[in-house]
Amino acid sequence: MNFVIPDFYPASAELFVVAMSFVILMVGTFANNSKGVSYYLTQFTLLGAFGLTATLMDGQIGFTFSNMYVDDLMGDFLKLMVYVSVFVALLYSRRYMSDRNIESTEYYMLVVFSTLGMMVMVAANHFLTLYIGLELLSLSLYAMVALQRDSARATEAAMKYFVLGSLASGLLLYGISMLYGATGTLEISGVAQAIYHQAANKTVLMFGLVFVVSGLAFKLGVVPFHMWVPDVYHGAPTSITLMIASAPKLAAFGMAMRLLVNGLFELADQWQSMLMFLGILSIVLGNLAAIAQSNVKRMLGYSGISHMGFVLLGLMSGVVGGDRHFALNAYSSSMFYVVSYVVMSLASFGVLLILSRSGFDAETLDDLKGLNKRSSWVAGVMATVMFSMAGIPFFVGFFAKFSVLQAVVAAGYLWIAILAVLMSLVGAFYYLRVVKVMFFDDPIEFSPLSAPSDMKVMLIFNGLAIALIGLFPQWLMSFCAWSLLGSL
Amino acid sequence: MTDIPFLSLAIWVPIFGGILTLASGSDRNASVAKLIALVSALGSLVVSIPLYTKFDASSSAMQFVESYSWIPRFNINYILGVDGISVLFVLLNSFITLIVVVAGWEVIREKVAQYMAAFLVMSGLINGIFSALDGVLFYVFFESSLIPLFIIIGVWGGPNRVYAALKFFLYTLAGSLLMLVALLYLFMESGGSFSILEWHSLKLGMDVQTLIFWAFFVSFAVKVPMFPVHTWLPDAHVEAPTGGSIVLAAIGLKLGAYGFLRFSLPIAPDASHAFAPMIIVLSLIAIIYIGFVALVQTDMKKLVAYSSISHMGFVTLGFFIFNPLGVEGALVQMISHGFVSGAMFASIGVLYDRMHSRQISDYGGVVNVMPKFAALFMLFAMANSGLPATSGFVGEFMIALGAVQFNFWVAFAAATTLIVGAAYTLWMYKRVVFGPIVNPHVAELTDIDNREFLFLAVLAVCVLAMGVYPFPVTEVMHASVNELLKHVAVSKL
Repeated sequence: MNFVIPDFYPASAELFVVAMSFVILMVGTFANNSKGVSYYLTQFTLLGAFGLTATLMDGQIGFTFSNMYVDDLMGDFLKLMVYVSVFVALLYSRRYMSDRNIESTEYYMLVVFSTLGMMVMVAANHFLTLYIGLELLSLSLYAMVALQRDSARATEAAMKYFVLGSLASGLLLYGISMLYGATGTLEISGVAQAIYHQAANKTVLMFGLVFVVSGLAFKLGVVPFHMWVPDVYHGAPTSITLMIASAPKLAAFGMAMRLLVNGLFELADQWQSMLMFLGILSIVLGNLAAIAQSNVKRMLGYSGISHMGFVLLGLMSGVVGGDRHFALNAYSSSMFYVVSYVVMSLASFGVLLILSRSGFDAETLDDLKGLNKRSSWVAGVMATVMFSMAGIPFFVGFFAKFSVLQAVVAAGYLWIAILAVLMSLVGAFYYLRVVKVMFFDDPIEFSPLSAPSDMKVMLIFNGLAIALIGLFPQWLMSFCAWSLLGSL
Repeated sequence: MTDIPFLSLAIWVPIFGGILTLASGSDRNASVAKLIALVSALGSLVVSIPLYTKFDASSSAMQFVESYSWIPRFNINYILGVDGISVLFVLLNSFITLIVVVAGWEVIREKVAQYMAAFLVMSGLINGIFSALDGVLFYVFFESSLIPLFIIIGVWGGPNRVYAALKFFLYTLAGSLLMLVALLYLFMESGGSFSILEWHSLKLGMDVQTLIFWAFFVSFAVKVPMFPVHTWLPDAHVEAPTGGSIVLAAIGLKLGAYGFLRFSLPIAPDASHAFAPMIIVLSLIAIIYIGFVALVQTDMKKLVAYSSISHMGFVTLGFFIFNPLGVEGALVQMISHGFVSGAMFASIGVLYDRMHSRQISDYGGVVNVMPKFAALFMLFAMANSGLPATSGFVGEFMIALGAVQFNFWVAFAAATTLIVGAAYTLWMYKRVVFGPIVNPHVAELTDIDNREFLFLAVLAVCVLAMGVYPFPVTEVMHASVNELLKHVAVSKL
């Protein structure tokens, strides 16, 4: 048998992260101030990977590891966003973690591994690579939720997350095996070709597709596979909720693109109707359920469900009656939505983290009461996030909704667009309620806010990003569209 | 036409002024914040004035046009321009903002910087609404202007402010979200353009026009507000601080009416004609029924709020009888109502600042202790009831004349407002100002100081000037209104 040394260049960022994970592990074991060193090393890893991936973005599509791995613009762009979002999330979480004595080298290891998992997921050209990336991400996240061992709520959340997540992985794997049975290959582009040449058994294929979509829906957290979202968001330490609610959404979007668009594009009519169903249900249920929440983390969980519903609406508008003309527009608007959501999500949990201190978790609406009187700028950032999530212009959330709705209308689903805006109205109510308690109510507690200056600066920057991308959305929109050009 | 981008200045001077005011910090240096706010408000008025002086009244085209690419991905452009219909509102808005800054000068003591900043930012956004010629740009200004007013009502408002603020926001948002879908639909129908002027000449079938008309109708009817969807306005007015009420009445209500002229009529003319009877009926209900509702109010602000709805009924009536007198009368009525209702709320604010009550029954005999105030308030009350030689008369008279040409009985019904309007305004005035002093607090009132006299007198001058010599106002709008009506008369089918 003839062994060829694979081309490592397209995967250099991943290899760098792997190497750094070993360094962090060693340093963490032997260094004196292991937490501090691990923190900075992790941030350095992310920056380094950012640099490596950025140099790889040359518009060339490179395959490596026997075509199991692909380096294309979409993957690279999502990776860059993942680095940024993990970087910001770590910066926000550091004080929270150390206040609760759960900041440890293991935590940073898990963060690095989950980052690696996300990178592998968005760069997979093979069902097994995809699955390995997904499991690497998921297992790290399960462990992270359980980091706070003495908290019953966190442990319960971890258990729920683990059981349901495993079930989802099982569904996905089962679906993949069906696809393999129908097409005889696990390579994503190979599957696409087999279906194109009509070499696949249609019934088995459809059977597999249903399972794959269900598995995806679990990971994205959309109705009716959403049950874990509120509990995990609520139960996990806020810093870990932040981690779950940000970068993994990008990876899940990447996975959806790889599976559905790269692999099963020929079956678009079928999976689009499934996504339509899931998307509408998510928007309706997510928004309605969020009204009843008094816990902000839980509310953001439900709101996340509705946001993911919007992402699915974008994905389901790509192919209209066999016409693929709209695909680029639809998928890039979806991608823009995910990126916008991550930016907003980071800031929202960042505010909760800055309000928390040793022995106190800011997480209910009451904890936000009168925030404007305690700290105007934190209240301002949170208000920006809330207006943005509600889809009020000039903030990025408006243009995210705008571009997805545009795709939906262009695909001819006027009624879905109307339903979606009506549900946005429902959503506006609970977002406004947060603004209301911050600005209109009197504070319950008056303790001044104290936060490390890097966290403050980042939070202000995050808030400004929401406003500025909203004022000038063009570059990010066209960047999304450009990165998808090669993958369609 | 000119190299100086006056419209952009009118939008961004107050917005950046507002941001600067916000940055001036906490209440310890409130005087700095107030000073920056005053300078910005003056600045925005100064940059708005050339819009009138350099305006070519003989042309119906868009003037002071600025065009830049904003979001090429969706062909969204930053296009600004004003015609005879919109230019006056930019001026009115900049003017009212100055009044509001002065009116809030000593009254607001909490979070002064945020208060002033909210008004300035809102002023800039509203100027944007009146000058945007791109659908998305319009929408963006239209919806983002909700945020400052929401904050103003909620933070500085009365006891029931949270309810009022949420109701105001959700009502208006409900309307405007449907407009967003309509915009996207027009984008698709027009083959990828958000330009309002291109939409004007876009051929549309009747069913498409109907859909679009309804989407715009819901959005603008809430904003006007028209009869069945007006209930947010009295709540918002009652709970808002004086400045909020002034802006809401003087400018906020004009946005919806302006939307009818800019979107509904020219984009869907056939549907507008088809649904005109419905709108005329709703307008008449607003004029008559809401007029009677105003009569029974015991709260001064609520009374003026209902009278605003009734007056705005006149405006929508004027638009949908499709003749030049009606439309021009409606525009004059909008400007006049901007001055008069602003002045009414400012006057009530003057009383409220002293007594902390809006109940008519708490007053009586105010004239004995506040003679200067009573005189000015009298003028505004007269204008509100449409007395000749005040601005309130001109618009109502023109609309009534136009309505006679359209249908006598419509005109007859509408003209009853001159009686009902006089009844509720003057009766309120009588109960508040005349009679013996019953309430001992009234006896302790002090007359208006120089600052209050200044802004009330300026408003009084405007009300009188427009009533006596409305030509400078009608002259500007003449060409544009004729062009619009010519356009609307041509079927798009």
